[in-house]
Amino acid sequence: MKHPGSGTIDVIVIGAGHSGLAISHFLTARSIEHVVLERGEIANSWRRERWDSLRLLTPNWQSRLPDWSYSGDDPDGFMTMSEVVDFIAAYAAATGAPVRTGTTVTSVACLDGGFRVSTDRGDWRCRAVIVASGACNLPVVPAVSAAIPKDILQLTALEYRNPQQLPPGGVLVVGASATGLQLADELQRAGHEVTLAVGEHVRMPRIYRGRDIQWCMHAAGILDQRYDEADDIARARRVPSPQLVGSREQTFMDINLLASRGARIAGRLAGIRDGKALFSGSLRNVCALADLKMNRLLAAIDEWAAQSGQARDVAPAETFPPTRVPRSLCLSLDLKGGDIRSVLWATGYRPDYSWLDDKALDRKGHIRHDGGRGVVPGLYVIGLPFLRRRKSSFIHGAGDDARDLVDHLAGWLGTRTPRSRTCVAV
Amino acid sequence: MSIAQVSVNNGVNVEALLGAREALTDAPEGAKFTWRATCDWINGTHSATTVRGFFGLGEEQSHRTEFRFETDHPEVFASEDNGATPVEVVLAGLAGCLTAGIAAVAQNRNIQLRSVKATLEGGMDLQGILGIDSDVRNGFDGIKVHYDIDADASREDIAALVAQSQKRSAVFDIITNPTDVTVTVA
Repeated sequence: MKHPGSGTIDVIVIGAGHSGLAISHFLTARSIEHVVLERGEIANSWRRERWDSLRLLTPNWQSRLPDWSYSGDDPDGFMTMSEVVDFIAAYAAATGAPVRTGTTVTSVACLDGGFRVSTDRGDWRCRAVIVASGACNLPVVPAVSAAIPKDILQLTALEYRNPQQLPPGGVLVVGASATGLQLADELQRAGHEVTLAVGEHVRMPRIYRGRDIQWCMHAAGILDQRYDEADDIARARRVPSPQLVGSREQTFMDINLLASRGARIAGRLAGIRDGKALFSGSLRNVCALADLKMNRLLAAIDEWAAQSGQARDVAPAETFPPTRVPRSLCLSLDLKGGDIRSVLWATGYRPDYSWLDDKALDRKGHIRHDGGRGVVPGLYVIGLPFLRRRKSSFIHGAGDDARDLVDHLAGWLGTRTPRSRTCVAV
Repeated sequence: MSIAQVSVNNGVNVEALLGAREALTDAPEGAKFTWRATCDWINGTHSATTVRGFFGLGEEQSHRTEFRFETDHPEVFASEDNGATPVEVVLAGLAGCLTAGIAAVAQNRNIQLRSVKATLEGGMDLQGILGIDSDVRNGFDGIKVHYDIDADASREDIAALVAQSQKRSAVFDIITNPTDVTVTVA
């Protein structure tokens, strides 16, 4: 075996998903010695932490990694999760990434001149660590969940697989980003009466001017916008995932669609009092904000089409009807009468850094970093929303970020030791 | 700084606000404020509420002067009408908060305001507070806020101002979301 399960090495990559493998590709290209530690199998989250019907939100042609792209016969289709797993596993095999599967990192300690990475299979010393363990390890569930009556089943989107997990009857789906809308729609079609609690969200058509919205955003340069050019990067990084589904069956997966299929639309779940769920009266404004933002995005695409001279390559500009908000808002819902049998939390995810040295984290437990370069020298992170570019959290966003970070890492390793190979290359 | 930024003046010191935002991001304890009011009953439905001191930025603060709000009920309620009804004061709070937000957001977005006028309406069925029908709530059954805004901006940009102001408004949040209220008696 080239690398044992422990020892001393230049670089450790934590996580063998698309981001960790893209990093490994560039490290290998620079002959930087490294291993990729993976708690489960390659593409583990894609294998085990997604619901059954999920398809990628990006079309197949956009699924690409450094020196690797989709080669099937349906470039405009959307991959199922098993297809994503196959795509990433094939990449790992093709690049010969030095992955140690079944190796769970239990702690990373920042030491003088490097790190100690402890795993359930032994300890490593290394000079740099790249955290590629994903942005969606843990569900975010609001504290108000504790007040849900005990006889109502609660499930997070991370645990949800299919409608059979839920008892018959009404479901309260909390959250209206891609996850909440897709699951609300699936549950409704499975015969459940769905109430959807809607907070701030991002509305977007699947197809605009005859093209996939991802194609439009890519062509207009929106997906390549850099983190250091964003007006308010902290805010941009918190923007919820757009209301999309990997399907061309309808232009929108939005509140209008859910409502037309019979869902009851309510505001953000604001509290639970006396066994009643209370919903915010801000629904009109969150819908107005989403419509305004969508129209700004579409206007930016129109502007690009006009200026780039590609207006003839796309269909004419379109306008879409605004979100319809019920005339009379649902402000409360009795949770004790038996109408609601389950609550599905689609209220977001967060990364799990419980194993990472506090020195690397801010007061809210997020890695302190500048475009992926940690405040602790030698520590890097990849695969988070808008890490370096708007596309950073997408599979196709990993390549550019990985190249940038490995460039920086190589320089940093080079300045730290005169014997570094990377110095010779210059 | 561009020329446009210099020329827009809505009387809002955005630099100070942005500076405060940055400072309080690094020192979140300073962001914890407590607002206070004291109310004395005068007679009948007539009361006087005053505000002066508040806590914030880690220490006691004070308004330049004491402010006083008299509330009462109108004559159709067999009262003396010495002041606005408390529910009208709630509308005043919402209007003041949203309008201040519009000015601040406009300044930040380099939009010159010429006039901003809000008209508010809160519907209420008195069968609630009079205890006639327990299915009717005491408070407003809805609030409508209408803005007439004259500004150097497109219709969409003005709509975005108003939407952003609601998103960042304390009183809008207080009214649209439940708040835990504890009332004690000495």
